[in-house]
Amino acid sequence: MSNKTLRIAGVTRTFPGQGRAAPTLALQPTNLTVEPGEFVAILGPSGCGKSTLLRIVAGLDRPTAGQVTLDDAPVVAPGPDRGMVFQSYTLFPWLTVAQNIRFGLAERGMPEAQQQTVAEKFIARTGLRGFENHWPRQLSGGMQQRTALARALANDPEILLLDEPFGALDHQTRELMQELLLEIWEADRKTVLFVTHDIDEAIFLANRVVVMSARPGRIKAEVPVPLPYPRDWTMKTAPDFAALKARLMAEIRDEVRKAATVA
Amino acid sequence: MKPLVPVSTGARVILGVGFFVLFVAGWGAVTWSGWVPPLFLASPGRTLLAGWSLLTEFGFAGDIGITIFRVVGGFLIAAAIGVPLGLMMGAFKPVEAFFEPFISFARYLPASAFIPLLILWAGVGEAQKLSVIFIGSFFQIVIMVAVIAGATRIDLVEAAYTLGARSRGIVRRVIIPSAAPQVMETLRLVLGWAWTYVIVAELIGATSGIGHMIMDSQRLLDTGQMIFGIVVIGVIGLVTDFLFKALNRKLFPWAAI
Repeated sequence: MSNKTLRIAGVTRTFPGQGRAAPTLALQPTNLTVEPGEFVAILGPSGCGKSTLLRIVAGLDRPTAGQVTLDDAPVVAPGPDRGMVFQSYTLFPWLTVAQNIRFGLAERGMPEAQQQTVAEKFIARTGLRGFENHWPRQLSGGMQQRTALARALANDPEILLLDEPFGALDHQTRELMQELLLEIWEADRKTVLFVTHDIDEAIFLANRVVVMSARPGRIKAEVPVPLPYPRDWTMKTAPDFAALKARLMAEIRDEVRKAATVA
Repeated sequence: MKPLVPVSTGARVILGVGFFVLFVAGWGAVTWSGWVPPLFLASPGRTLLAGWSLLTEFGFAGDIGITIFRVVGGFLIAAAIGVPLGLMMGAFKPVEAFFEPFISFARYLPASAFIPLLILWAGVGEAQKLSVIFIGSFFQIVIMVAVIAGATRIDLVEAAYTLGARSRGIVRRVIIPSAAPQVMETLRLVLGWAWTYVIVAELIGATSGIGHMIMDSQRLLDTGQMIFGIVVIGVIGLVTDFLFKALNRKLFPWAAI
């Protein structure tokens, strides 16, 4: 259970132009508060600045203006209190699955035996039993993302930042991974900020969906998802789900069209 | 044959050995037939005999030993300083900005051109031989290692940051392990070049070593001995290459080289 509040206040990002090109405004002033234990999905067309926003929260990118705070402590650099799973496969290829999961723990100087216990726990929870000693190159995309999730969770972060973590997976694997993530969140109630362009995924997982406009990104709508937890896959065909999906599709269609014509 | 279709291990060995056989057969054909006189090129048989007498009567094993010592010694000193410096340059851009222009310039200086100067500074002893190898290898190692370390996947570095790593952890636990296999490949390559420098160093002002033996044999017009010396270098190169590759496979099972 997390107990820190994430506040994004007036965060703006402008990328300097290459050569004589004009600077690009990627993110208009954005405000968002994420309460402890919330699961917030950021939904938007590609290139809308949603990943930029997440990278700023992670501390991997700096805002041009505005500030991100985690319980009043300003975010100025990446840290283990904000775990992240990336869309690209970012396991360390020279470490086994178990060693990858222990990376953050070792960095913190946790005793070996304790590292092992923690890793063991998350290997079991993410369904990686039997793969502890595999190299990342021996794993499928889904297994790699399971490991990446376990690696982020093992560090016990205040907030979990997920940047389209299942975006590169095939449809069936993606659905399995969504259920796995949901199961973990339902048990731990760790704060999650989840970036996606998949409407079903956003509704299925989150208790609040934040819709972003096409570039330059800004928050266009905030849609609560009042569906009860625990959720399971049968919900995806329920009428409530369909109604929410219709609403979000209406919100996002215009933005996708704008994004397509601008690009 | 189809483009890029792999070849089986058995066929690979047969083909590889086949060319050696063909090469020696061609060499034998032109020498045994008398088409090329022994004054210019000894036959394979003469070469082996010359080699035998070199090893048994003239203590050539000692020459081989001293040459290996020079190559490996100079190369290890260059690697011991060059690899850490290259890693630092790759990891830290100000360090790179400081050293890179000079090293880019220095690596074009031919090591063999330094030999007369080095004889002046260090005499004709081992220090001079090691210096030639060092100059020839050091700058190449630094620049290549810097490029490898600088090309560390940025997403892995970012992942490490979000797991709590700081600069020290990034260098020690991301940049170094990620660069290691390619650094070893670089060392394998540079060691090959070091062999060309050592022979040049031994052709001038040396009293021992494979290069010195080749120089001596030229005075006696003994092409058999000269060729044997050259072949020995080739064999040593082949063996070290093989050892390097085996070591890499053992050290970096994750890389699947």
